[in-house]
Amino acid sequence: MTNRTAPAGDAATATSPADGPPEERRTTSARQRARLIRRQRRSRWDVKLSPYLYVSPFFVLFAIVGLYPLLYTGYLSLFDWNRAYYVRGEFVGLDNYTFVLTDPVFRKSLVNTFSIFLMSSVPQVVLAVGVAALLDTRLRGRTFWRMSVLLPFVVAPTAAVLIFGSLFADRYGIINQVLGEVGLEPIRWHVDRWWSHFAIAGMVNWRWTGYNALIFLAAMQAVPRDLYEAASLDGAGRVRQFFAVTLPMIRPTMIFVIITSTIGGLQIFTEPRLFDDTPNREGGPDHQYMTSTLYIYVKGIEDQFYGRASAAAWILFLIIVGIALLNFAITRFLTRRSVS
Amino acid sequence: MHHITAGSRRSTRLLASAAVASLVLGMSACGSDDDPTKSAEQEKLGDGESLTITTFGEFGYDALIEEWNAAHPDVQVEQTKVSLWDDWKNELNTNLQAGSGLPDVVAIEGDFMPALVAAPDRWVDLSSDEVEGRWLDFKEKAATTADGALVGYATDAGPEAICYRADLFKKAGLPTDRTEVAKLMTTWDDYYALGEQFVKAVPDTAWYDASGSIAQAMLNQVEFPFEQADNTVDVENDELKAVYDTVTGYTPTLSTKAAQWGDDWSAGFKNDGFATIPCPGWMRSNIKDNTGDPAPKGVTWDIADVFPGGGGNWGGSYLAVPKSSTHQEQAQEFITWITAPEQQLKIFASLGNFPSQVAALEDGELLKATDPYFNGAPAGEIFSSRAAAIDVQPYHGPLYSDILGKFQDAINRVDQGTDPKESWDTFLSDVAALQ
Repeated sequence: MTNRTAPAGDAATATSPADGPPEERRTTSARQRARLIRRQRRSRWDVKLSPYLYVSPFFVLFAIVGLYPLLYTGYLSLFDWNRAYYVRGEFVGLDNYTFVLTDPVFRKSLVNTFSIFLMSSVPQVVLAVGVAALLDTRLRGRTFWRMSVLLPFVVAPTAAVLIFGSLFADRYGIINQVLGEVGLEPIRWHVDRWWSHFAIAGMVNWRWTGYNALIFLAAMQAVPRDLYEAASLDGAGRVRQFFAVTLPMIRPTMIFVIITSTIGGLQIFTEPRLFDDTPNREGGPDHQYMTSTLYIYVKGIEDQFYGRASAAAWILFLIIVGIALLNFAITRFLTRRSVS
Repeated sequence: MHHITAGSRRSTRLLASAAVASLVLGMSACGSDDDPTKSAEQEKLGDGESLTITTFGEFGYDALIEEWNAAHPDVQVEQTKVSLWDDWKNELNTNLQAGSGLPDVVAIEGDFMPALVAAPDRWVDLSSDEVEGRWLDFKEKAATTADGALVGYATDAGPEAICYRADLFKKAGLPTDRTEVAKLMTTWDDYYALGEQFVKAVPDTAWYDASGSIAQAMLNQVEFPFEQADNTVDVENDELKAVYDTVTGYTPTLSTKAAQWGDDWSAGFKNDGFATIPCPGWMRSNIKDNTGDPAPKGVTWDIADVFPGGGGNWGGSYLAVPKSSTHQEQAQEFITWITAPEQQLKIFASLGNFPSQVAALEDGELLKATDPYFNGAPAGEIFSSRAAAIDVQPYHGPLYSDILGKFQDAINRVDQGTDPKESWDTFLSDVAALQ
C-alpha cells in the first residue's frame, strides 16, 4: 500500500517550487508532505471505506428503525411509567423484569406461543412440501392451481379472521352448527385452550401454506430432471423418488422456510387478537390464547405499563435469539452432513 | 495483513462512532419531544384541510356534520368512525403516548373521563359562558377537574330502562304490556325470579343478553365500585362482591354466556337468544342493527319504564380537544354547536341516544317521541322518567375503565366455565398488576 502511493509522492515533490529561502522551502516541503500524507490517507480511506459507505444505507436505516428502538426499549425497561401523562417515570432497576418473569400470565403466554407455533409451523411446512410436490407434476391448468394456492396470502389477515370468526363462533358458528346437525357436541373454540390454539393455527396455516408451497415449488423445479430419469432407470417409484431425490435436493430451501416460519410463528399477533370476541381482546378472558407479542401489546398499550412491556419484549427477544442460534447450529450440522 | 487489520479496525471504530452518533441524534430527537402539556402552535385551516374528529360506535353525526359543512365552508369537518370503544381507546392511548396523530376532536367513553380529569393539562380547557349550565349536573361534574377546568363536552346520557321481547314473554305466559312488565321487575330479586320463571317456560332462550351487561347494570348502582373517594383502589368491598356473586350465581341458568359485543352476542338478537336487555337510550340502535330493521317476522321489541333496584346510568360519551390540536378554537366552536340541545334532539329522534342537556330534556318534542320499532313505546317519556330515577352516581377514579375491563374478564371467565372463586382470585391479581 505504501509502495503504491510512493510515485505519487515523488511527482508532488518534483512539481513543487524550488525557489525561496531554504527555511521557507523546508516549511513548504513539510506542508507538502503533510498534504501528501493527507492525500495518501484519503486514497487509502477511499479503498478501505467506500465499500462500507456503499452498504451503509442499510445499516443506517437499521440503526434508526431497528437498533435504536431495540436499545431504547432496553432503556425504558428499567423505568416506571407515569400512566396519567404517558411519560417515563422513575428508575426502577430490574423491577420490571422481576414482574414479568413472576407474572403467571406471561408464563401462560409463553406456553401459548410455543403451542400455537408448533401447531402451525410443523403442519404448515409438511403440507407445503406436499402441495408443492403435487404442483410439480404435469397438471392441467397448472398456472391456475399455482395461483390459487397463493390466494389466501393475498387476503388481508383482518379479513381472514372475520371469515374464520363466523366459522369458529362458539354458539352460532358454522362448524358447530354442522357438528350439531350430525349430533356431536359443539366445540368451545373460544373457551378450551387447546381448541383455541388449533383454530388460530388453522388461520395461520391457511394463510402461509400456499406461500411456502410456492417457495418449495421453485426449489423443486430447479432439481435437474436427469436425476429423476436416472432414478426411474434404477427402478425407483414416484414416492421413492420424492424421498430420495426431491427432499435432499431442496434441503437448503427447507432450512430457509423453517427458519422464517419459526420467526413468524413466535410472533403471531393479529390472529389471536382478532379471534377474541370479548371486549378486552387480551387473548381470551382467561388468556387461553394470549401469545407473548399480545402480552407485550396488552401491557404496553392497554394497561399502559411501558416499562413492563419493554422488559417482556426484551425477554421475548432473547428467547428468539436463543432459538435462532439453535436453528443455526442444527442447520450447520445438517449441511455439514450433506456435504460429507 | 497487519495493515489491513489496523485499517479495518479504524473503519470499524468509525462506523461504530457513526452508529453512536446517529443513536444519540435519534435519542435527542426523541428526548426533545414537545411537552405534552404544552399547547400546539395554532394554525389556520388551509385549502382542502379540515377539522378532524374521531368517534366510536354510532354517534349519529353523519347528517349533522353535513349540515355544519354546508354552513361553514371555511371549517370543514371530517369524521373517522371506529366501531368499538375498546379499539379506539387503544389507539387513543398509543397516540397520547406518541404525542401525535390525534385528531382535533376525540370522542371519549364516559368511563374513561376520569383518566382525562387526572391529567387535565393535556387537554384544552373548554369552559365558556356559552356552555355553562348546559348539562345535567353529574355529567358536567365528571368532566371538571379539581381546578375547575372543563375537559369534555358531554354528548349523551345513558339512563337505563329494560328492553324486552314481547313475543317471547307471551310464549312464556308472562304479561306483555309494558306497564305490567314494569311492575314485575322493580327490584333485582324480582327481576331474577321472573327470569327463572321465564327460562322454565322457554328453556332454549336465556333471560338476559350477557352476564357482562347485567353486571355492568348492577355496578352502575354501586356508589364506590372499584375506588374510594381518595382514589385508592378497593375491589374487595362487600357491594362489589355482592354484584359478582349474584351475577355469577345466575350465570348457569339465566345468561346467554356470550361475551358482550361478540359474534355470538350479536347473533343472539336474531336467534331468540335472550328475552331482556338492560337498555340505555343508545342501546336501541344496537338492538335495531343486530335484530334487523324491519324486525324478522314475529319479533317484537318493547321498552318497559323500569329498572331493577332504582335508576342507573350506563355510558354516555364526551368530546374533548387535545392540546396537540392545531385548530383548538375552531374545534371548540364545532363541539359547542354539535353538543347543543337542538343537535342532541335531532340525534335522539334519529338514533335514540338520550340527551344530557338540560334544555333538551325539557323539550316538548322529546317527551312526545315514540319509537315505532319498539312497538310504539313512548321512548321520550320513558327515558326522561328513567333519568329522573337515577339517585346514585357511582364514583369513577382514574383506573375505573381499566379495572372494569378486568372485572368483565372475570365475569366472562365464569361464562366460560371457570369456577367463580378461582376467577375472582385472578381478578384480584389482575387488579394488583394494574397498580
